[in-house]
Amino acid sequence: MLSIKTIIGLGAALLLPLTVQAESIAPKLPPAKKKYSEETLCVKPVDDMRKNHMDYIIHQRDDTMREGIRTEQFSLDECIECHNAPSKDGKVASSKSDEHFCSTCHTYAAVKIDCFSCHADKPQNTQYRHSLSGKSMPHHSQFATQKLNAETLQMLTTNKESQQ
Amino acid sequence: MKNDNNINQYRRQFLSSVTGVAAGLTIAPGVLLNTVAHAKQADQPVSSKNRWGLLIDTSKCATGCNACVTACHKENGVSSTGRPATDAVWIRKVKLTDKVTGHVQSLPFMCQHCEKPPCVDVCPTNASMKRDDGVVLVDKHACIGCRYCMMACPYNARSFVHEPVTDQIYPRGQGTVESCTMCVHRIDDPEGPRNTACVDACNAEGHKAMWFGDLKDPSTEISQRLKQYGGEQIRADLGLNTGVRYQNLS
Repeated sequence: MLSIKTIIGLGAALLLPLTVQAESIAPKLPPAKKKYSEETLCVKPVDDMRKNHMDYIIHQRDDTMREGIRTEQFSLDECIECHNAPSKDGKVASSKSDEHFCSTCHTYAAVKIDCFSCHADKPQNTQYRHSLSGKSMPHHSQFATQKLNAETLQMLTTNKESQQ
Repeated sequence: MKNDNNINQYRRQFLSSVTGVAAGLTIAPGVLLNTVAHAKQADQPVSSKNRWGLLIDTSKCATGCNACVTACHKENGVSSTGRPATDAVWIRKVKLTDKVTGHVQSLPFMCQHCEKPPCVDVCPTNASMKRDDGVVLVDKHACIGCRYCMMACPYNARSFVHEPVTDQIYPRGQGTVESCTMCVHRIDDPEGPRNTACVDACNAEGHKAMWFGDLKDPSTEISQRLKQYGGEQIRADLGLNTGVRYQNLS
């Protein structure tokens, strides 16, 4: 007969190394660039995202691909934009390195994903793209202001195109 | 809203007031044609009320000019592996020489975005697909790289990605088939559809041989031009009703 004390003792002995181990290996996630909302932090509550992000992304994937629905909440582009932002020294992690937001956990959980064999694993030219905040200038204007050089201006002003 | 679609009026307005342009109008040449059709809300699916198309006036297309090809491949991140035989080609320039008269014509050639695409018919996984707005695409999530579509396409418009791809701009990857997307990311722009990269490049070069727009909207420049001058399909005999039309092709 095992006494209660022995059971508790055994349990503690078994659990202790596990917790210690988990703490030592558990991945440290790189911080996100911003909070989607103060309430849920990410586009959904963090717990929900950890468990179900793949379902949200795959659902969005088909909507975007097949129907051209391009909302930002579950867009992979936006995940990357926010979670794989350049570090202070301007470096952006590649999906092959463990410092990449997605790889951090997927390496830990031994889940192989192939998203980045096709998708960009780094944020794109942010001036040209949308941001989650939606407060910035329309990206056309930004892009164009950047691109509109003297040559283009001259072409625009001098070219009298025939109006058909 | 009708005026929003009137490209010529918009252009006139722009050209006559470049010095005093408002912030919304301070845009590069291609972006002028913001008004190729109404903007779709980001959460709305595309619909068959639109059909996107291209029109190419071969008499204006300059022999030797490769601007559309360069712009397309730059826009979509299609780069050479250094092995041209297997490089992906989304758009190419074709030179036609009449052996009798010696008359030379030059034209850009890409996926013709058929209404009845043979590539979609043959795809075993439904990866090759046509959106409701007429854009023919490959869903690379479902593509198994069998290349039936490449064999079925009468225009040789599709390419297979043989080697691993890095630093993508828009999704493309090894083992899948790809082709012209009619710059679908520009079509779906929440601020309104924009000209394709090739059309922008052609305009910037000053040739102005290409138009992009909604074929179902009679007020767009492309529809007006097609109505006035007509537009030929390549291999019209196949009855595919292509979304890419050519003018002055002889």
